[in-house]
Formats: sequence, C-alpha cells, structure tokens
Amino acid sequence: MIIAQQKPIQEIAEMIKDCRKVLLVGCAGCVTVCLSGGEKETEILASELRIMRKLQDNPLETVTFVCTRQCDPEYITPLDNLVEDVDAIVSLACGVGVQYVAERFPTKWVLPAQNTNFIGGSIEHGIWEERCGLCGNCILHLTGGICPIIRCSKSILNGPCGGSQYGKCEVSKDTPCAWQLIYDRMQSLGKLDKLLEIQPPKDWSTARHGGPRRAVREDVIIG
Amino acid sequence: MSTESKLQALLDRGEFVVTAEIGPPKHSSPEGIKHHAEMMKDYVDATNITDCQTAIVRMSSIAAGIHVMHSGIEPIIQMTCRDRNRIAMQSDLLGAYSLGVRNVLCLSGDHQKFGNHPTAKNVYDIDSMQLINMVRQMRDDKVFLCGEEIKQAEPRFFIGAVANPFADPFEFRVVRLEKKINAGAQFIQTQCIFDMERFERFMEKVRERGLHERVHILAGVTPLKSWRAAKYMQTSVSGMIVPDEIVERLKKAEDPKKEGVEICIEQIKHIRNIPGVHGVHIMAIAWEEIVPEIVQRAGLHPRPKVQ
Amino acid sequence: MAGDFEPKIVAFCCHYCAYSAADLAGSMRLQYPTNIRIVEMTCSGNIDHRVILNAFEEGADGVYVAGCMEGDCHFLKGNYRAKKRVNHVKKLLEEIGFDSRRLEFYNLSAAMGPRFAEIANEMTQRIKELGPSPLNKKENGKEGDGK
Repeated sequence: MIIAQQKPIQEIAEMIKDCRKVLLVGCAGCVTVCLSGGEKETEILASELRIMRKLQDNPLETVTFVCTRQCDPEYITPLDNLVEDVDAIVSLACGVGVQYVAERFPTKWVLPAQNTNFIGGSIEHGIWEERCGLCGNCILHLTGGICPIIRCSKSILNGPCGGSQYGKCEVSKDTPCAWQLIYDRMQSLGKLDKLLEIQPPKDWSTARHGGPRRAVREDVIIG
Repeated sequence: MSTESKLQALLDRGEFVVTAEIGPPKHSSPEGIKHHAEMMKDYVDATNITDCQTAIVRMSSIAAGIHVMHSGIEPIIQMTCRDRNRIAMQSDLLGAYSLGVRNVLCLSGDHQKFGNHPTAKNVYDIDSMQLINMVRQMRDDKVFLCGEEIKQAEPRFFIGAVANPFADPFEFRVVRLEKKINAGAQFIQTQCIFDMERFERFMEKVRERGLHERVHILAGVTPLKSWRAAKYMQTSVSGMIVPDEIVERLKKAEDPKKEGVEICIEQIKHIRNIPGVHGVHIMAIAWEEIVPEIVQRAGLHPRPKVQ
Repeated sequence: MAGDFEPKIVAFCCHYCAYSAADLAGSMRLQYPTNIRIVEMTCSGNIDHRVILNAFEEGADGVYVAGCMEGDCHFLKGNYRAKKRVNHVKKLLEEIGFDSRRLEFYNLSAAMGPRFAEIANEMTQRIKELGPSPLNKKENGKEGDGK
C-alpha cells in the first residue's frame, strides 16, 4: 500500500490560515490502513484545527468527508455538493488523491495534509516499511524475493558494497543490509551460485526516469 | 589485457608496488596536491586521487589527477557510482584518458548521507561491478555500454577495484572479489587492515580460489595519529574493524603519532610475507607527509624505475 | 479568579475498576468534588482520541481517563491502549497550543475507593489552578465563568 504520514499540524494550519471554512477529505484506501488519513484521522485533524483556531481567536469551520478512495474519479463526485462555500479543500489522501481532487475542482484551492512517503507494508501494528522500488521491471526472482533497488540504499545489483557490516547498511544501524538478506535467503534456497552471475546495468527507462508512466488495458476500454 | 599504465608494468614484472592516496582540496587551488605529489613522488609508484570521499565536495578526481601527473606521479583516478550516470562516466573516462590518465579505480562510493550535501539526489545508475565491466568493454571490445562502437582511440585503462575483507558476509567477500575479476578488475586495493588475522583468512580463501594469480592485490594500511582516531574508525566507520589492542597500544604510547607509524610499518613488513599480496596501498588520511618516512622505514625505498 | 471558578471535569472510567472504585468511594461516604462528571465505559481501551478532543471542545476544563492496574485489565490490554492514546492526545494538545496538563490518565483497582477520591481531588485542584479552559473563556467574555 501507499504509506503517507501527516504533515506537522503547524504546516497544515499555515496553509489554511486565511480560510474560514475548510473541507477535510479522508480516504478509505491505503491511508486508512496505515492509520494516517482515514475517517478517524480526518475527524481528529478537524478537531485539532478547530481548537487551534479558537485559541487564536480566529474560528475555523470544518466539514469532513471520507471518500472510498480518491484515486478514481467516480469516488470524488460526492464532494461536488460540499465544495461550494469552502475556502479550501484539505485532502488526507496520498499525493494521487490530492491531485485527483484538485483536477476535479480547478477553481478550488486543494491542499495536501500528508506527505506521501513510500509503497510498502506493515511489519506489525503501527510500523510500516518500504519494500518496492517501483522500477517497472521486477527482478525479485533473481534475489530470493528481496528487492535490491529499494532495500539497498545504493540500488546495487551485485552487492553487497564494502559498507555492509553485521548485517546492517552503512546508512543506518536500523537498516538491514539488503544484500545480507539476499545472501541469507539465497543460501537457504540453495541458490548461492546465482549470486556469482554478474547482473547487467538496469534499464531505468521503465522506472520514473523514463518519464511519467501509464498502464492500459485495451480490452476494458469501452468509451 | 595490457595498457600503458606504469603501475601495470611494475606489477606484471613482479614488483611489490607502493601506492598512496591524495585527497583533493575543498577549493580550486592545486597548490596543496602538487606539494603532496612532489613530496611523495620518489616513494610511491602511483597514487589514488579520491572522488568526493565520504560524499564531501572536493576538487574532481580527474582534474586533481592531472595536477598530480604534472607533478611527476602516475595517478589512479577514482570513480564512484554515487554522483554520475553511465553517460557522464563514459564521457569522463574518455576525457581522463585523453589527458593522459591510465589507471581507474571503480567503487560504489559512500552514501551522500555521510557528506556535506545529505539532501542531494544520488545517482547509482550502475554499480561498481557494472562499472568495472563497462571500462573493460570500452578497452577490449571497443564499445560503449549501449553497444555502439568506439570508432577510434578507445580508452585503455588499467582497471582497479576494491575489496573489503572486514565487511560482511565474510564468506561472500571472496566470491564478490572473484566476480569483480570476472568483470575485468586487474588490481585490487583493500580497505585498511587492522585485523591482520581476518585479512590472512581472507587471503587464504583468495588463494584457494586461485584469485591471486588472476589479479594483483594491494593491501591497504593507514597510519593512525591517536587512540581517538582509532576509536572513531572502530565505532563510526561502516565496514572497518579495529581491534581493541590497537586502540590500547595508542592510548598507552608516549608519542601516539610515532606509535601509529610504528604499527603501520610493522603491518607492511608482515604483509610483504603474505603470499598473493603484490603491493601495499598507504592511505595516510590528512597525513600525506608521513608517507615518505613509512616507505623508507618499511624498506621499500628506492622505488623501481619503469622505462 | 480562583475563588469562584468551578471546573467541569469529565472522568472516563472503566466499568471493572475505576467505576467500581467510584461506587466504593460513594458507599464509603468519601468526599470528592462534585465537579467530576463520570462517564462509564466497558473498558478504558474504549477511549478514542476524538472523544477526548470533543470533550474539550464542548466545554470540559479537564478530562481524565481511569483504567485498571497494569496487568489487571479485564480485557487484557485495554488499559495499555488507553494510556498510549491519552499520551498521544496530550502531545497533540501541546502541538496546537492547549495545555496538556488538563488531560490525565490514572490506573486504579476496584478496591481503591480512597484512591478514586484522591484522584478526583487532585484533578479538581489542578484544574482550579489552571483556570477555565481557554476554549471557554471567550464565549461569555468573562474570565472565571466555567459555564
């Protein structure tokens, strides 16, 4: 899922400092699962902003709504009736959702309440980690199911580098060395000999380096 | 594959070589490096010029290498994968060769987090393994990485790489060295040695796989100035092992700098007796002036001449 | 100001411990301030960040959540969740400029009638010293008006 985390409240408050009424829109997709932008978090944010503004003698009126997701145009339409008299729309979705809302309401000021961080999964309740490098050309079959593009700080394909020590990446003691993990995994798979093969340079044109990407399923497009 | 590199000529004829390191300045005056080069030129066979080591902005390795060359030492330029993509790398290699550089050391490079520009975007388009292979292909197959022919004057570098016997997983380090040799590495410089026992175990594995006959290994050493410097390396540098005995020895010494040099010389003398080691690489970080003394007292002076 | 300000304090109490302790305090005829409005919950772990924030927005001068002693929660970990949530809301309150001392979390057992009274007294005293909630002050234009 996409993991996003809320911006500091001061930053959000600053964005809406000249607003008297805002619409806060949560998303029931990824950000609900990573506990940062769902129904609960949207209402908490609305409460925080109201209290904060009241203390500043500059009351703020808030309206909250949660979309099923903000990355499908059909699910944004319910906002049509809510945006009339608001000074800004604060979206708690990931960067995708914010852009969809902004696209639907080009005359409305749409603001991101969150920083979209990475795609990953949960480790335990309350902890999420990055797992996929979005390279567009998956090589997990070559590395025992561990992504070197994103889990290795240097995206090395023939690792580990000389900074790997005690299973940790030189960048942080909290970051496992992806190549130590790959080595251990390939060893348990009995496929260590595969690591002797030299992996050629990556074709980055399928990643963001080739420009904004698009995916199509011709057979379902009916116009 | 032979090249015009003097370092290669010395190694191929069986000499125990001495290389050192010069760190370029954080400004645009070459006076400092020229001075260091002048001072070292009769004591080393070639020197590395680091490439924004620790991700700190310094004069480029190639430019600094030219200054060193004009001062009379053969340069080994370093190229990391952190700051350049394959296009810039190949371009720089053509330029460096056109200016007379004949040796290149290929490495991954410290992550920018360690340097003075931690907010920079890094590149890591290709890794060190792929870089070694690319440099070899430019020389032997006369092609760019994309497969296009280099129609004339292909760069013919003597290719170096690094090995770190002190990083993990230990068992894989020798395998990775073999990979680098397969990719085209002709000489290796190791991370500086303080844990001699581990280095000897590493060399044993190297010899088991016959790698010492396929590549020239230069053992890295660093003279330490104080027990604090030793402690810092022990605790804060990834991939480095410094035994407590070394830290203690420096702590107890009356003149720590003198002791540090002693330790370094002892290490070099010991290393000369390890089969498969074809030279020593002296990394006197911010202490380039000490290199002549170390080389002299280790019995490695005068240096052999190359025609 | 301290003289005539009577704080409104909401106490979210878990059924198994805190609420029972409140009952016990009652039967023991222990005095505790009438400022405390008790809200019974099945478990302190029922507490939600929104409920606390709402309480303050609706006029509470102080709020506390009381659950079982650690290790004794009838629902095993409800009181740990409650404590974490209360601490998180305290942090949020500080970030928006609201005094987090107006919010507290306590552990007590059903047998601790006297402790219940003590907590009630402690919190009431604390809020009296802090004065009316700044969210209440402006409404009536007068300080010291806790309505």
